[in-house]
Amino acid sequence: MKSSIPNSQFKNPVINWIDTRLPIFTAMNEAVGTDHPTPKNLNYWWNFGSLAGVTLVIMIITGIALAMNYTAHVDHAFDSVERIMRDVNGGWLIRYIHMNGASFFFIVVYIHMARSLYYGSYKAPRELLWILGVVIYLLMMATAFLGYTLPWGQMSFWGATVITNFFSVIPFVGEPIVNWLLGGYTVDNPTLNRFYALHYLLPFVIAGVILLHIVALHRFGSNNPLGIDIKSDKDMIPFHPYYTIKDFFGLSVFLAIFCVFVFFLPNFLGHPDNYVPADPLSTPAHIVPEWYLSPFYAILRAVPDKLLGVLAMFGAIGILFILPWLDRSPVRSAHYRPMYRVFYVIFIVNMLALGYLGVQNPEGIYIILGRTCTAWYFIHFLVIMPLLNIIETPKALPKSVSDPIFSSGSSGLSPAASRKLK
Amino acid sequence: MSKKKSRRDFIVIASYSMGAVGAGAAIWPIINQMNPAADTLAMASTEVNIGALEIGQALTVKWRGKPVFIRRRTENEINDSRQVDINSLRDPQADEERVQKDEWLIVMGVCTHLGCVPLGQKTGDGKGDYGGWFCPCHGSHYDISGRIRKGPAPENLEVPPYSFISDNVIKIG
Repeated sequence: MKSSIPNSQFKNPVINWIDTRLPIFTAMNEAVGTDHPTPKNLNYWWNFGSLAGVTLVIMIITGIALAMNYTAHVDHAFDSVERIMRDVNGGWLIRYIHMNGASFFFIVVYIHMARSLYYGSYKAPRELLWILGVVIYLLMMATAFLGYTLPWGQMSFWGATVITNFFSVIPFVGEPIVNWLLGGYTVDNPTLNRFYALHYLLPFVIAGVILLHIVALHRFGSNNPLGIDIKSDKDMIPFHPYYTIKDFFGLSVFLAIFCVFVFFLPNFLGHPDNYVPADPLSTPAHIVPEWYLSPFYAILRAVPDKLLGVLAMFGAIGILFILPWLDRSPVRSAHYRPMYRVFYVIFIVNMLALGYLGVQNPEGIYIILGRTCTAWYFIHFLVIMPLLNIIETPKALPKSVSDPIFSSGSSGLSPAASRKLK
Repeated sequence: MSKKKSRRDFIVIASYSMGAVGAGAAIWPIINQMNPAADTLAMASTEVNIGALEIGQALTVKWRGKPVFIRRRTENEINDSRQVDINSLRDPQADEERVQKDEWLIVMGVCTHLGCVPLGQKTGDGKGDYGGWFCPCHGSHYDISGRIRKGPAPENLEVPPYSFISDNVIKIG
């Protein structure tokens, strides 16, 4: 009877007994342990996935602590946040971590996405992995927007007004949909209550999609800086201890920078107008979104037509879903794509420019620049990406991950460094 | 055989359909609770005494949680808004259709683009290129009849339902 039970691999009898019946230790070992083979040439750009995960945990923990002290009512919300800042023990710290954590979550995820764009991580067979990532990104934007409403400052109120009004462009049912979203004719107490409920819910939805993201990742494993398929076990090292230690080092650098903002520049990334209580009768003269939504706000404003502006803005995000089919080049890594490499840099600069333009007043030169950068955003995806496969000649790819390391005769160097030596 | 099969198909389709109807009926209250509640819907009307307004002055009042712009226009402003070629407007509407008494323009102070409150009610405010209102959010310009002239907004400022109770008092709603 006893022999019919297949025993787990773990030596510790307690862990073994549990794992035989509920294989959570096996699952963890396959996710981040010694049983998770990983390409041996991953560079520091591969740190940002786990960093994003850690940031989500920080956001959920500080968020639950804030929820214990916050009051979701239009008459008390602003004051309850001020109470958190002044009276609640350590409340200022928890709120500043949560506030800046949102910004840093986006910084980390933007770098994570930029990494994927450079090394072609979105290409076959990892299209669904990329699409799940875009879903997480969309959920993050929704969560951040909902959370920004809760302090009930001027930017909270008018940000909520503008963003819910996006839906008024839908023909015929636009107005009823906006009233349904708001629970009234304007942003008011019903709106604040439902935004609070959804702001609490969505991070757990994000956690669920992250699980799917990781399942999809482990189907074919991580991409790598060379963008070539893994040929043999020689190309791999176990995740633990090699990448756990690398991720921990990256995490400590990240936390050091994060703490500089939390302790010394806590309001640097925010907007002072949100320390003014919401006033439904007066829009701030200069209304801007948080920096991480700014590029899309610039696209919205670049189009002088309401419906087309909203469509362009949603289209700018929607286009990411079909990216794996717009980029026809079979070569993943930009290291071996001389032309894409140039257009990639232009794209990043253009994206930063859009972010800058989104927080400027829509006047004079900024209108022209906004339209130019918006046009380029779409040209990059819809024209350049499909065209490059035809006009670009990729460089020769190395035979395996091990190949460029050993052929340079300096096995201790990273692939990027060994290429520079050549 | 085929007759038997079609009877079974009927039962399967009928039960799935009933299941879908039941699921829909169960979900509907969850969706519907998000619609404006009865107290929000109870369309409050508001009475405003406008007797104190001099010619050229403006007043902002709140109705249904939204600002309403009341403006006692000058002779020049009325003439200006009537000389505009209506066909040149994005949302063609004559000034006469937008007012009950020529002097009094009463419109919602909500930009038809994305719902911001346009500037132009206070003396120091920028009034835009057409001397009416200017929305700072995305740069829409309205004229002194509240009509959209420039910028991304698709429609004129909405005229709320209102009536003159006496020469000095209006009822909005």
